[in-house]
Amino acid sequence: MSEASPVKAYALHLGVVGLLFVLSFLLPEYYHGLLARIMVLAVFAMGYNMLFGYVGLLSLGHAMFFAAGLYGAGLAVIQLGWSVPAAFAAGLACGVVVSLVIGLLALRTTGVAFMIVTMMFAQVFYLLILYFATWTGGDQGMVVPQPARVLSFGATSLELTNPTVRYMTALALFSIVLLVTLAIVRSRYGRVLVAIRENEERTKMLGYDTFSNKLAAVVISGIICAASGAAYALLFGYVGSSFASVQYSILPLLWVLLGGAATTLGPLIGTLFMYYVIDITSGYTSAYLLIVGIALILLVLFFPKGILGSIRQRWLGWLP
Amino acid sequence: MMPLLTTKGLSRDFGGLRAVDSVDFSLMPGEIRAVIGPNGAGKTTFVSLVSGRIQPSSGMIVFDGTDITTQPACVRVRRGIAYTFQITSVFANLSAYDNVALPVQRTLSDGRSKGAVRAGVMSALERTGLADRAHMPAGQLSYGHQRLLEVAMGLALKPRLLILDEPTQGLADSEIDNFISLVRDIAKNATVLLIEHNMPVVMQLADRITVFNAGKILAEGTPEAIRDNAAVQEAYLGTAP
Amino acid sequence: MHFGPHLLLAALEGLVTSAVLALTALGLSLVFGVMRVVNVAHGEFFMLGAVLAWAITTAIGGHPALGFLAALVIAPLIVGAIALVAERLVLRRLNYNPEATIVATIGMLYIIQQLALTFYGPEARPVEPPFSYRILLPWFGYSGYKLSVIAASALLLTATWLVLTRTRIGLVMRATQYDSETAQAFGIPVGRVYGGVFALGAMLAAIAAVLIVPISQAHYLMGQDPLLLSFIVVIIGGLGSLRGTVVAAVLIGLSDGIISMFFSPTLAKIIATLLVAMVLVFRPQGLFGTRSR
Repeated sequence: MSEASPVKAYALHLGVVGLLFVLSFLLPEYYHGLLARIMVLAVFAMGYNMLFGYVGLLSLGHAMFFAAGLYGAGLAVIQLGWSVPAAFAAGLACGVVVSLVIGLLALRTTGVAFMIVTMMFAQVFYLLILYFATWTGGDQGMVVPQPARVLSFGATSLELTNPTVRYMTALALFSIVLLVTLAIVRSRYGRVLVAIRENEERTKMLGYDTFSNKLAAVVISGIICAASGAAYALLFGYVGSSFASVQYSILPLLWVLLGGAATTLGPLIGTLFMYYVIDITSGYTSAYLLIVGIALILLVLFFPKGILGSIRQRWLGWLP
Repeated sequence: MMPLLTTKGLSRDFGGLRAVDSVDFSLMPGEIRAVIGPNGAGKTTFVSLVSGRIQPSSGMIVFDGTDITTQPACVRVRRGIAYTFQITSVFANLSAYDNVALPVQRTLSDGRSKGAVRAGVMSALERTGLADRAHMPAGQLSYGHQRLLEVAMGLALKPRLLILDEPTQGLADSEIDNFISLVRDIAKNATVLLIEHNMPVVMQLADRITVFNAGKILAEGTPEAIRDNAAVQEAYLGTAP
Repeated sequence: MHFGPHLLLAALEGLVTSAVLALTALGLSLVFGVMRVVNVAHGEFFMLGAVLAWAITTAIGGHPALGFLAALVIAPLIVGAIALVAERLVLRRLNYNPEATIVATIGMLYIIQQLALTFYGPEARPVEPPFSYRILLPWFGYSGYKLSVIAASALLLTATWLVLTRTRIGLVMRATQYDSETAQAFGIPVGRVYGGVFALGAMLAAIAAVLIVPISQAHYLMGQDPLLLSFIVVIIGGLGSLRGTVVAAVLIGLSDGIISMFFSPTLAKIIATLLVAMVLVFRPQGLFGTRSR
């Protein structure tokens, strides 16, 4: 897997990035905005996939990592008046702290207990946001004011509210995370993560401290999800508690399952596909949770490997 | 010469059962030592205690002059104790290459170079005769080849003490002959502790033999001395000769 | 009102919560204990019970007691049937794999919730209690119906305990829980036991919901809190232990009633959830359970 065809893999990923770049100039306004949002959320899914796909740890609490970035960046701008880069960094820092603490605690458990514990910590995080409504805006959420959403480089400044700037910023973040993920997966560290997923006991007996490796993976996953949350706050200007709810822990799981766990491009495909399905069906019904529910059941029943996972199994063995 | 491994009063209880009962054991560097005994004698529990897979109830383990009793398994592996599993537990979904790359990349000190990993992996696969199957998923290898892959993973750790838990179980006779020469080859630069039921293999390989019975060491000595030991015969056959 | 009577009132309210919680949590605990399935949709079976109770009492009309009794029998049966179908169609095909079943029951949660919203609507609707007798205590009057909920729950719990410990069905269930492969080898129809247990678990939740619905109204989102509280009870009580479940339910119900009378309910939930997560991290066998095999 990791020895074969590095050129092919990097070419494919750069091709996807190039295609997304070109699409910016071709898409009509509505889809242009939607795709920017999907790219940011696909980063969330990639962060989730890092832990679920490659280490085999199924978390039901990743909304708290996304929300850590969302609120870290949002509060820094709204309450402290920080600039956009500083607020983004604050979001990442919150992600590191939250994922480190949660990792240290939750990794003491395995399997089903890990799922429940992460779900409960996320629930605590969500309730804390509601409890401290004075600062967080409670269940109303907060709007990041438009004048604050500007990137300044000396004399020039880029307004993140401008659709093209927003699209390109989202694409930049997406591309960086995609290539970093690819590099991690193909590295020696990635090989160790997969080994832990396949057989943790055996990996220990090869001299690996599996706890530290898993903890590092939780933190990497937490940073990526926080980056997505921080970008969401700064690009789309809304910080709300619903992003910390259980539903936003389930959605990345759904996107990854759909696109294909442990594939680098699966998260993008899953997010894209799910949005597309919801977009089509919203013409007929407002019951989008029904579709989420049915999709989850059909996926675990018939396509546990997801779209790209099945393609890799049947045709393209080299797919990372 | 100082022993490579010693245990003092090493015991392990499972509920009411004392699987290993105050064992005093020592192993000299460069030796091939076989551990034999009837089923349930505590052999696998004993090597599991040495490798750190399970914790002792009491007693002490010293490896190369250091007390390792409380160290976790992964630290012991880094100190040079490698364990190959009795029940084959290779990473079935990874290629044979990746299986061996895992131990190789950890023992490399020069960090980055991909070439060094590749060289290390291929040398371990060649020594075990698996080089032409490097890219097959380990789960699709034949049972005998999986056992060899298990040994290749142990080898790749560059151990000072290699523990082999029933390595010839389920192998064909022709495979066993290759295996014996492989272990002799390994023993040139490592100490080998071997649990084995196949007596001809034990007699050919071992410098010394330790016999376990009911969690205790019943006898210890050269293959010839063990063969002629009355107590050993009784433990195995249930009758005095 | 003085502190003493205030506390008594809080304790009574807490006991009502405990009574309903014990039944709901017992359902979750049985399903996990026997099948090793974490049923995230359990709260939705509870909600279905309440919504069906409203539908049945509305359809029947007449004296409230009549509709209520009908609901107490029919609603759990319908919910049990739905659970059985879900078990056959989904869980069994997943071979009861713990992680896949969690994802699947999350799917069920969304489907049931959305269907309830579509067909029942977003309103909270009341069900009239079967009788409205008030017991007069020296300090305040208290609803006789609420006391009867406590009694009914105690009765049902005792009955379940008797079934589990004294009957062949209970023996079969315990054998399956202990070692399903051996049970299969001894001719126990493990598949049917699993189906029955899943349905029974859902029915217990539905009965609990029918009992509580005259006190708190039926609403399509009402399954969330019982799910969380049941998780807490099952984890603290030790998974699969009936006695632990009841003790934990009383403990949680009472402290929930008393804490939320003196603190903000959000803060109470934060503390409770955090404590339970810590119990799972540091003492996974529960506070009352013993480490399993």
